[in-house]
Amino acid sequence: MSPFLFWIFAGLMLVFGAGVVLNRNPVASALSLVVSFLGLAALFMSLDAYFIGIIQVLVYAGAVMVLFLFIIMLLDLRAEKLRKINWLASAGGIAVAVALSVQILYVIGNFRFSQQPFPPLARSTVDDVHHVGSLLFENYNLPFQIIGVLVLVATIGVVVLSKRELR
Amino acid sequence: MITLGDYLIVSGLLFTIGFAGVMLRRNIIIIFMCLELMLNAANLSLVAFSRFRVDAGLPNYNAQVFVFFIITVAAAEVAVGLAIIVALFRARQTTHVEDIASLKF
Repeated sequence: MSPFLFWIFAGLMLVFGAGVVLNRNPVASALSLVVSFLGLAALFMSLDAYFIGIIQVLVYAGAVMVLFLFIIMLLDLRAEKLRKINWLASAGGIAVAVALSVQILYVIGNFRFSQQPFPPLARSTVDDVHHVGSLLFENYNLPFQIIGVLVLVATIGVVVLSKRELR
Repeated sequence: MITLGDYLIVSGLLFTIGFAGVMLRRNIIIIFMCLELMLNAANLSLVAFSRFRVDAGLPNYNAQVFVFFIITVAAAEVAVGLAIIVALFRARQTTHVEDIASLKF
């Protein structure tokens, strides 16, 4: 992938990710999260992980964000009224976030592989869904089944939580 | 030329944005969205390392299977979390975390 496209999609992802934090209206936040996830899916595809990129679009930008929008509209959340902002707490939060990013950048700057380009891939006739699928059903068969049970438990939990007489 | 460090820096910045959102915002749904941003930042660095560790001309697919598991668990987590938020809204008519202070000392 050309550096130009990388920086376009990375910038798109970061700008709309910041939009999630900065928007006052929850619907606008959710929609900018969709754009951020689409940029992230493009970055996955630039790393030759086509399966993960498509899963990202289908599951996150599709299912999860529809669920978020559904809940926001169900609860009928308006744009937040301007409350008294606790400036001390906000400044503390920003300071902690800046300190975290400085630490991350310092660690990446000292990481000895960080300046190496990606090694080339061999031309393969088998696509990556095949490789991921065979690994998933052979080496990771037990975790895969446990994930299935987890999704079932989550479904049952949502039904129980949504019952009206829950108090 | 895009290197591994560029992807890691972008991933770290996305994680920081999500973290700042969790620290700064007071709407519980926005906090939940910022948690999703942090999970996705971790996914991006996992896929970047998977592409970096080329073995016999193929990327290391173990990391991609791990990302697949993370996405599945995150989807289950979103479903349960939003159900909890709806139950909370029914009980208290608010999604503002400062209005929910029963456990506060």
